[in-house]
Amino acid sequence: MIPGSFEYHRPDSVDGAVALLNEHGDEARLLAGGHSLIPMMKLRMAVPSHIVDLQAIESLHGISEEGGEIVIGALTTQHEVLASALLAGKCPILPEAAALIADPQVRYCGTIGGNVANGDPGNDMPAIMQALGATYRAVGPNGSRDIAARDYYEAAYFTALEENEVLTQIRIPTPAAGHGAAYEKQKRKIGDYATAAAAVILTMDGGRCSSASIALTNVAATPLYAEAAAAALVGTDLGEAAVDTAVRLAEEITEPTSDGRGPADFRTHVAGVMVRRAIARAQKNAG
Amino acid sequence: MAKMHVKLNVNGAEVEGLAEPRTLLIHFLREQLSLTGPHIGCETSHCGACTVDLNGKSVKSCTVFVAQANGAKVTTIEGIANADGTLHALQEAFREHHGLQCGFCTPGMITRAYRLLQENPDPSETEIRYGISGNLCRCTGYQNIVKAIRAAADELNASREAAQ
Repeated sequence: MIPGSFEYHRPDSVDGAVALLNEHGDEARLLAGGHSLIPMMKLRMAVPSHIVDLQAIESLHGISEEGGEIVIGALTTQHEVLASALLAGKCPILPEAAALIADPQVRYCGTIGGNVANGDPGNDMPAIMQALGATYRAVGPNGSRDIAARDYYEAAYFTALEENEVLTQIRIPTPAAGHGAAYEKQKRKIGDYATAAAAVILTMDGGRCSSASIALTNVAATPLYAEAAAAALVGTDLGEAAVDTAVRLAEEITEPTSDGRGPADFRTHVAGVMVRRAIARAQKNAG
Repeated sequence: MAKMHVKLNVNGAEVEGLAEPRTLLIHFLREQLSLTGPHIGCETSHCGACTVDLNGKSVKSCTVFVAQANGAKVTTIEGIANADGTLHALQEAFREHHGLQCGFCTPGMITRAYRLLQENPDPSETEIRYGISGNLCRCTGYQNIVKAIRAAADELNASREAAQ
């Protein structure tokens, strides 16, 4: 379990990190919390010859609100997400989900930027970011650009991020006051990835659902934004027929593999159960 | 690959060494510093036997490069006891409440519980179980570990009150 050899870099600015990526191309990998990359390196599934450790870049830390957007620095750890009063008040689905990720030691290291950036379909935050309509800010040699979370994931471990770009921030339109949200995750044990999980965010107006978004974790090679399922809820009172339709539409877009978490059919079924539970809890949380 | 010069504060002492950047912190601690308290269990960041305190956070030292820890402050089980050499309240409570059987998980368990009590000096049983959920014990069934941590919390809180 010894990783391959590499040269270690610890730049103190994003520009410094970008310059290193530009110089070393696909020989270089960014290291944030390391809890996805280091296990991959131990298995020699990743053998970078240059490691660019982001820990000294102060501007990548912190959670703030700027003109209607919640801005989370990429190096913010899951532990910090869990402890954030701002997020607890304005975007509680994030601390709720962080609490379901891995275990305390891993949450002290694991970052939200790493979780959304690397394209691992088992990660929890990508689907939630899709449900929230978040964008990711990427900085490269030619400046910065914003990529919608809904457009970012191309295949397992393949994303819209270029080799010489650093994902620096997650920007989330502040969810409407009174919105209801829930993240339901079935996992076999602490530290496991989801058998299936669902994020639901909705607003209610006079007993009717006025907006909804749904996204699914770990039931395809990428997170799934379940647009049709959410649309089936809007304008309804979230009665049984509407929820049944949403669950069916969400199940239809899943393409899970059969693995230790269960056969594909079972995981699709669990995804539907998670959607149903998340809708019910989000509705309860709204108001 | 060239070795790099690393400098850490480990259990209050400044230490230096040469290591390949890919060296895992657990290997550096055990093999170069002869601190064999933190154990190598699963090597896959599941079991928590290698837990140490790194800059005030519990980490699994099998999943940290020594290069990342360069310049950091590290506490291992060897640095948990009181300055006068007596056992820390957690160590005492694990002994008193039989919070171990084979003892393999114990250094990681106590080092993790140490940080947990720094952050939450009065945890409920649920909070203790959640707080040590990254540490596996295959012997005890956890009952006595949870009891020991709760007893240590009481002891630490009582001595803090007495000191005030």
